[in-house]
Amino acid sequence: MSLLEVAGLRIAAGARDIVRDLSFSVAEGETLALVGESGSGKSATARAVIGLLPPGLRHAGGRIALAGQDLSALPPATLRALRGPGMGMVFQEPMTSLNPAQRIGAQMAEGLALHTTLDAAARKRACIAMLERVGITDPERRLLAYPHEFSGGMRQRIMLASVMLLRPRLLIADEPTTALDTLTQAEVLALMKELAREQGSSILLITHDLGLVSRHADRALVMQSGQAVEEGPAAPLLAAPRHAYTRALVAALPRRGPARVIPPAPPLIEARSLSVAYPGRGGWFRRAAPMPAVQSVSLSIHPGEVVALVGGSGSGKTTLGRAMLRLLPASGGSLLFGGQDVTARSGPALLDFRLACQIVFQDPYSSLDPRMRVRDIVAEPLRLPAGMAPADRLARAEAMLAEVGLAGLGDRFPHALSGGQRQRVAIARALVRNPAFVVADEAVSALDATVRQQVIALLRDQQRKRGFACLFVTHDLGVVEEIADRVVVMQHGRIVEEGPRDQVLDAPAHDYTRALLAASVRLQG
Amino acid sequence: MKRLRLNLVIGGTLMGAVLALAVLALAWTPYDPVRTNLRRRLRPPSAEYWLGTDEFGRDVASRLMAGAVTSLGVAAATVLVALAIGIAIGLASGFLRGWVDRVLGAVNDTLLAFPGILLALGLLAVIGPSRSGIVLALGLAYAPTVARVVRGSVLSIREREFVEASRALGNSEGYTLLRHVLPHTAAPVIVLATSLFGWVILSESALSFLGLGVPPPAATWGNMLASARPFMAEAPLLSIAPGALIAMCLLGVNLLGDALRDLLDPRDGA
Amino acid sequence: MALYVLKRLLAAIPTLLLVAASVFFLMRLIPGDPALLILGDAATPESVADLRAAMGLDRSLPVQFGLWLSQVAAGDLGLSITSGEAVGPLILDRFGVTAAIVLAAVAIAALVAVPAGMLAAWRQGSWGDIAAVSLATLLLSIPSFWLGLILLLVFGLKLGWVPVVGYVTFAEDAWAALGYIALPVATLALVEIGVLIRMARASTIEVLRLDYIAHARAKGVPEHRVLLRHAFPNAFAPTLTLLGLVLGNLLGGIAVIETVFTLPGLGRLLVEAIFARDYPVIQGVMLFIALVYVGVNLVVDLLYPVFDPRVAAS
Repeated sequence: MSLLEVAGLRIAAGARDIVRDLSFSVAEGETLALVGESGSGKSATARAVIGLLPPGLRHAGGRIALAGQDLSALPPATLRALRGPGMGMVFQEPMTSLNPAQRIGAQMAEGLALHTTLDAAARKRACIAMLERVGITDPERRLLAYPHEFSGGMRQRIMLASVMLLRPRLLIADEPTTALDTLTQAEVLALMKELAREQGSSILLITHDLGLVSRHADRALVMQSGQAVEEGPAAPLLAAPRHAYTRALVAALPRRGPARVIPPAPPLIEARSLSVAYPGRGGWFRRAAPMPAVQSVSLSIHPGEVVALVGGSGSGKTTLGRAMLRLLPASGGSLLFGGQDVTARSGPALLDFRLACQIVFQDPYSSLDPRMRVRDIVAEPLRLPAGMAPADRLARAEAMLAEVGLAGLGDRFPHALSGGQRQRVAIARALVRNPAFVVADEAVSALDATVRQQVIALLRDQQRKRGFACLFVTHDLGVVEEIADRVVVMQHGRIVEEGPRDQVLDAPAHDYTRALLAASVRLQG
Repeated sequence: MKRLRLNLVIGGTLMGAVLALAVLALAWTPYDPVRTNLRRRLRPPSAEYWLGTDEFGRDVASRLMAGAVTSLGVAAATVLVALAIGIAIGLASGFLRGWVDRVLGAVNDTLLAFPGILLALGLLAVIGPSRSGIVLALGLAYAPTVARVVRGSVLSIREREFVEASRALGNSEGYTLLRHVLPHTAAPVIVLATSLFGWVILSESALSFLGLGVPPPAATWGNMLASARPFMAEAPLLSIAPGALIAMCLLGVNLLGDALRDLLDPRDGA
Repeated sequence: MALYVLKRLLAAIPTLLLVAASVFFLMRLIPGDPALLILGDAATPESVADLRAAMGLDRSLPVQFGLWLSQVAAGDLGLSITSGEAVGPLILDRFGVTAAIVLAAVAIAALVAVPAGMLAAWRQGSWGDIAAVSLATLLLSIPSFWLGLILLLVFGLKLGWVPVVGYVTFAEDAWAALGYIALPVATLALVEIGVLIRMARASTIEVLRLDYIAHARAKGVPEHRVLLRHAFPNAFAPTLTLLGLVLGNLLGGIAVIETVFTLPGLGRLLVEAIFARDYPVIQGVMLFIALVYVGVNLVVDLLYPVFDPRVAAS
């Protein structure tokens, strides 16, 4: 018999249905992945199962049964007794899912006090054992710590410990590792699977990542716009998708492009022993020691070359990207552009450099001024090179918008565009002046898989056509496969490995690179 | 959404009514609001004197109308003074940072260490009670609050990536400040200005009530309340009417402020 | 934690100095010669010069400030021009009634408003919530001195439950004193309830949206415990800050309420001093209230980590 049985589920937001006629089941000990992009209704479904829909969403119909018990028919107290030991939930955002005002120990023990007859000492012993199990060192002392004293990955382990402590028969995991670093992601997921296996729990895994599905799920259910489009055992479903949307998702997975030969030329931009330090927090009279973020890095990029700068969070890759554009001041070393030292230039002397370089940011929601029309955003860069009439600028902006697939949308404000469209606007703004060098800072990380695929294709096509050099800052090795000619790996503010793409990906020389590659989930088989 | 519209309608109606009363009073009042007539002291409401007369035989309805002109005028002038000073300081310290921010910040924090109305009282002790004195005193007392809000929003906006994008385009700091930062401080400043208008009306009437505001015989709601205090038993309407107008005015401002906050709050989308 | 307390205490010192300096220099902005003012009609050029020398007025401003500061530190706030009394004891004498009213009002307002605001947030959109928000907005819009007058009219004049004019101290007759301060306390409490309900509600709504509330519910924690153990500490922290501000604003504006109820408090002392141009008293009262305000905010800051331990860490 199935542990969880969902039949004809309907979830409504006001008069609109965001989930329609959804049916699925999860067997004992099984892992079912609900797969979909943002807006597919997968998270709402997870919340509906545990009966915790956010305000504004309503369980409008259908049956949800756990071990044969219809949950919607239960009185609140009985339902509460099921939450915890019957079904537990791990949330996406480790920074907000633990109570910041309560010690870890108190939060973990709370569920035990509610659902078991253990006394305080036994509860404490159980908490310590569980913390130890999830890999927290010195667990007894850590029980007294507050959540803010832990890193994101540690918090997610503690979250997992607190949920698994109650031995839930069903574990609902809503994008449990999306907010984490690649390396941490793999560890936390492996831990979750292990714990579930030990306790015989079933898992309902909500994710947008097909890599996770192939590695961790027994079965998968693909959702699009609130409906199930395809369901089946995970491996065959991904190997031979039947539905058009599933095929599109699978097709959006990164594939390695052909290796290019970049004609030899003197470097376009070159960092020589470049260091960047963030100033320490200052008081009136003293200033704390500066925090080094990039330490003596040398990196040169040749005309027309795409270099991927890879590393985990805190590796200094974003700082290096900013510093190569002189958006952050160097604390040591020098920056050469076209053979000329631009490290200390300012004012009008810097303008030539600025005109030749551009950046595309990660978050298209904050990189576009919300009060400007899209056409004006794209036309703004043309203000600075002298000698262009305003009408010409607008015409050029319109042409650029058409080139990135946004013809006719020039009158819109950013908020009236989708995430992918906004990123196209950001790309148009960066390219309209025909720069020689572009930094793309996690430019596709915030996008859904299918959209990401299109934006990568756009960037690649434009790069081939215009021939600008590009520094692609990313944590995602999939993107590297698609677009990079050369790969540079950073850790702790230093470059640890550097080489042609295929060499670094296929025969990594450094341990950190190997760990990154092992942790990056790709389709198996 | 429904509540937003209700706030807007009720707030707008209340403020509109007070504003209309003030505009009308500029052109016409039933009687001269400052002309005394000791033979008609403390009359109850009648067809002749709609709201009765005060202890000097002045028509209460006319004085309430004249008081609306004083209160709204003083409040508007004060808000402008506070905004002008506060925005200049806030922009300078938020955008220039460094030692400018340190010094301005220290001055601002010191002034904020005084409750607003206490600072106004101290300034009034120096300037002396008069219409312009009260505008200056209250304006200076509330400017630090404006400066703090403007500085805070400048600091948060300049961290947004579109400001960095502007710098990456090669735009100058001045252009970036005017084109990409300043427009975004408008929403919080408008919301604050609305609240400020309410606080100033309240503070002005409190100061006038204490006898430190606009000097008699000019009518303000606050000094009308103060002079009505001894006659509370015989003529309660004298005490009730001006306060009811202040409350109506404040309710209007508060509801409009809530509506504006809902409309302009960046957290709920653009 | 101890480091946080120490840091916070040290940080208060420059603030206190700057506050004292601004009070001192504000008073120096007053047009006219203080010595001439003190001596009044009896002034002769010699006596004025003597007094100026005695008061240190013939020295440079920074020296004067230093002298004044050392006197203040020793508790000497000078003599009142009108009564000749020492300002320090005068302020302490008048502060008793003011402190009693303000503290009682803030305590009552917080005890009523915080639970009300939290319950309103918990049932956001219900009739109870709409009623609470409407009542709060209405209370927020009523001037305290007018509300005081109306209460006085109803309970004093019409019903005769409380005396309309006068004051006795608690030491003299506790029961009678209660009658005198009941209305002022009720007035201030009612006005502040409006502000506090809105704040408590808004911050609770913010907190209830967060994942750790859903996490608590997903563990099967009952609603009353979700509210008390998980929502309250986090939602109360911003309200606590507001409580400090409210207390300061009440102190700053206390003159109005003391005028309505003819209470011999600190606010009346200040207003009377302003009328009489009694500068030592104005200076002393302003300094005293500002210091109390800084002290209250310091206490709030020191209590804050109890509700939000993240603060002490940064």
